[in-house]
Amino acid sequence: MPGLRPSALLLGATVLVLAFLTAPMLAALWLSFSPTELLSFPPKGLSLRWYADFFANDRWTLATRNSLVVAAATMAVATVLGTAAAIGLHLGAFRGRALLVALLTLPMVTPFIVTAAAMFFAFSLVGLAGTLPGLVLGHTVVAVPFVLVSVLAALATFDGTLLRAAASLGAPPWMAFRRVMLPRIWPGVAAGAVFAFATSLDEFVITLFLAGPGQFTLPRQMYANVREYMTPTILAAASLLFLASFLLLLVTEALRRR
Amino acid sequence: MAETLPRTRAALAAWDGEGLPPEAAFAAMAQELGAALEERRIGDVSQRLNFERTGMRALLLRTARAAPRLVAPYAESLPALDPRWAQPETWQLIRRAGGPTTSLYLLRALDLTRMPDGAIRAVDPDQALFRTLFLRTLWVSVIVTLACVLLGWPVAAAIASLRPPWSSTALLLVLVPFWSSVMVRSTAWFALLQREGPVNDLLLLLGVVDAPLQLVGTRFAVLLATIHVLLPVAILPMVGVMTRLDPRHLQAAASLGAGPWLRFRRVWFPLSLPGVLAGAAMTFLLAVGFYITPALVGGERDQLVAWFIAQYLNRDVNWGMAAALSVYLLAMAGAVMALLRVLTGGMPVGARG
Repeated sequence: MPGLRPSALLLGATVLVLAFLTAPMLAALWLSFSPTELLSFPPKGLSLRWYADFFANDRWTLATRNSLVVAAATMAVATVLGTAAAIGLHLGAFRGRALLVALLTLPMVTPFIVTAAAMFFAFSLVGLAGTLPGLVLGHTVVAVPFVLVSVLAALATFDGTLLRAAASLGAPPWMAFRRVMLPRIWPGVAAGAVFAFATSLDEFVITLFLAGPGQFTLPRQMYANVREYMTPTILAAASLLFLASFLLLLVTEALRRR
Repeated sequence: MAETLPRTRAALAAWDGEGLPPEAAFAAMAQELGAALEERRIGDVSQRLNFERTGMRALLLRTARAAPRLVAPYAESLPALDPRWAQPETWQLIRRAGGPTTSLYLLRALDLTRMPDGAIRAVDPDQALFRTLFLRTLWVSVIVTLACVLLGWPVAAAIASLRPPWSSTALLLVLVPFWSSVMVRSTAWFALLQREGPVNDLLLLLGVVDAPLQLVGTRFAVLLATIHVLLPVAILPMVGVMTRLDPRHLQAAASLGAGPWLRFRRVWFPLSLPGVLAGAAMTFLLAVGFYITPALVGGERDQLVAWFIAQYLNRDVNWGMAAALSVYLLAMAGAVMALLRVLTGGMPVGARG
């Protein structure tokens, strides 16, 4: 709020809340380096024991591979669909445009459990439940809105006359998109893609319903293990996933500055 | 019903519902139940009818086993086997279940049931579950939303009013948890709240408690972890609105002689309200259907609607109940969103960032 000086009270409250926000993750990160199985604080020393345990365990490496495969596939499908939808919605002046935007972003404002349950019913009917394509499709549904919103925001500053200029110079639509539009909106497309990847990496409830036994992703495997027996290996998995999302955040911040 | 007992269903559809059904229905029931048991198809239909009234499974299995020994007229041999076949209520129940749609699940999800005579009544208090469940979900969601807004407001205001690089540093500290996986943060809480975990260590050190507390599985743990997980969701929309406030409004107020407190109360605060409402809306939407965190750190007896939906889908394979609960949850979320829209005069409610 430009124009109002923050008071000491406000700053004090902010520091406390930010500490509350960051401390648990930092503590868990530290505990993942514990040399013993005991989760008490502070750990007596540092070790990479639980990380070695993580990479030596087939269940964890399979879950990691599944997570990366599903997230990459989701990113690819959601970016193509979301970008195409955004361009269509931006260029097209037709009735029901606002309704379409609302429909496409509906998964953002629907309780996740309801989206997931509905998908489970629908996918079971057509035999997609428990399959890898079904899982990717499910993740895509919740990832597309993020791409759409991101690309729409980038298109808001795109000058539509450039497309007409390209057309008048004889460029077919595909070339106009590739040579004129994409170079200007690509940070928005890329940010949307990163959002899609991160959304899929984090997704749990849809995976809980749609993933078959061989398709456990990292969050799903973590959930299964926590319920069985809490070990620092789970915290190592959590820390690796945390690191991944931190890197993705840095990428979007870099894209935002462009 | 349509797959396992097609002829019974057809015979009952032709029945007027008064007294007992014709002999054709009795005969079809005996023969089809016998065949279903032989081909191991009886499980689904007996589970479905047992959900309607306890004891139906036993009745169907008993009849199916005895089916080869039964002789015509079945309208006499079935009641001889079990007197419940002589009760019109039994047949009415089966006829209702054979229809293309049923209100059973939607009623049961509100602790209601249909009596044999067709009237709708509340279920026995010892079976009632779902009204309390919805109230609990609503209550937890409201508490979480209020806490997130109250805790998040000063952070958002500070981010909007601090100078760089402090503002961007504070924003980063909100964005990092926002981006990190919900499962990761819930797991962290699960580890921290263990009996020998850091939170108990801290409480012991501060002398708040004498012995470690059982924290995992309590309502307190659910609230604490859920507030922590959803806090960034509340903060970011507030930051979005607060950083875009026009400083000229404040300058105008100052030039008219308003002091800092008055400027804040009459100008700045009202202008930041849309952000507060957007943050509250997003938090509430996520809280009301939240699964991961309550499922991990909460107790079995204190779960929210989302947990029951997952249980019905994955463990009980009762899709009807899962769908009915989903419909009501969606209606609840929709009602709150509609209310917010009215309050904010149609302002769109933004999501991430």
